[in-house]
Amino acid sequence: MKILIVGGGMGGTILANNLARKLRNELKSGKASITMLSASDKHMYQPGLLYVAVGKMNPSEMYRDQVSLLEPSIEFKVDPVTEFNLDDKNVKAKSGTTYNYDIIVIATGSRTHAEGTPGLAEYAEQFYTEADAVKMYKKLEAFEGGKVVVAVGVPHKCPMAPLEITFMLVDYFKQRGIWDKVQLHYTYPIGRTHSLEPVAKWATPEFERLGITYETLFNMKEVNENAVVSEEGTEAEYDLLITVPAHKGMQVIEDAGLGAGGFIPTDRKRLNMEGRENVYVLGDTTNLPISKAGSTAHFEAEALAENIASLMTIGTATRDYDGKVFCFIEAGDGKATYAMFNYQNPPDPKAPTAGIHMFKTAYNKMYWASARGLL
Amino acid sequence: MADRKIVDAKNTFCPGPLMELIANMKQAEVGDELLVLSTDEGSANDIPEWINKVGHEVIESSEDAGVWSIVVKKTK
Repeated sequence: MKILIVGGGMGGTILANNLARKLRNELKSGKASITMLSASDKHMYQPGLLYVAVGKMNPSEMYRDQVSLLEPSIEFKVDPVTEFNLDDKNVKAKSGTTYNYDIIVIATGSRTHAEGTPGLAEYAEQFYTEADAVKMYKKLEAFEGGKVVVAVGVPHKCPMAPLEITFMLVDYFKQRGIWDKVQLHYTYPIGRTHSLEPVAKWATPEFERLGITYETLFNMKEVNENAVVSEEGTEAEYDLLITVPAHKGMQVIEDAGLGAGGFIPTDRKRLNMEGRENVYVLGDTTNLPISKAGSTAHFEAEALAENIASLMTIGTATRDYDGKVFCFIEAGDGKATYAMFNYQNPPDPKAPTAGIHMFKTAYNKMYWASARGLL
Repeated sequence: MADRKIVDAKNTFCPGPLMELIANMKQAEVGDELLVLSTDEGSANDIPEWINKVGHEVIESSEDAGVWSIVVKKTK
């Protein structure tokens, strides 16, 4: 049984490691093989970008060699896929090599699509790549006061990011001693300050306490030199514009016609691509109506590893993915909270505490154990 | 009749039915109809509120056994 994992992010890495342990005997005897294809030899801890953007983390802290995170029994190649031939059970990669498989798992992730909003790339700051996060930090360092607007595109990776960057900006400006010269204005696409109602119920009074103004039902249509204009017909003038751009799946997924916007139609419990029994999808690459977050990929990967292993050993899947998501929420002022939920149970976040912030800070290091499938 | 795409947002909390609809509207063509399925009672209000504010059209809205079915049309 040849298992091919396309993508070396959180989901692909945890899946590969869990499978390598569950199928130890099959790998040793040659009955199974696991190959991972990735676009990079480095693995990035993506939540670190938030911290880089406000000068709280050095970019070098976000990376490990991908091969150092993988069980030795996994074959790892830096060879990004350029063609998916699902009917023939193979993919073609950049090197020209064709890789055959019995089971494929597609975990290629998502990317910002700044070009979908005219003017955004030219005038706005964003923090979803190392280069963008460093550029944003330099812009912040040169900022001496004025109106800062936070604007959010849909869909986007990490649903907590809009709130987190807002509260982290408050801390940043306070620490620089210029908070009294800043007017911070938050905008959000739906009719409350966060998609999760309990989180919005906590965040809105926090905004009012801190003097952060906000406008809901605000979807970025275009950005010009001085203002961001919404689909709803309003505009917000800015001196500094911080954005969470809309995201898309990877271009290769779109080019292969696997899913609109680069997101693959996926069964919400078994995580197979709709209409395909030997094609599975993880993390941001799915079209599931759940958070595009590392924890989503993590919990999906755990469920899928059990199912692929049990398919090999007893011939049938044994577990459904239950929709579990766990998101930390940095709340500023040295505090944090979290939201945990699944398909059946809504989140019930508690008041932020220093303890949870400390745990989140520790998790920024513990992540590497998580990627190895040990946490 | 234009294709009617189904946005199945039942039993999901984040990003939620309206955010899912907004994302799907971006991929839709003018004239397309989308059917949103939601188990969130708030969708009966917040989806029409956004649709009307942007200037799209609500075609129909109904509820059956706790599932709201809201059909909208992209008009621009």
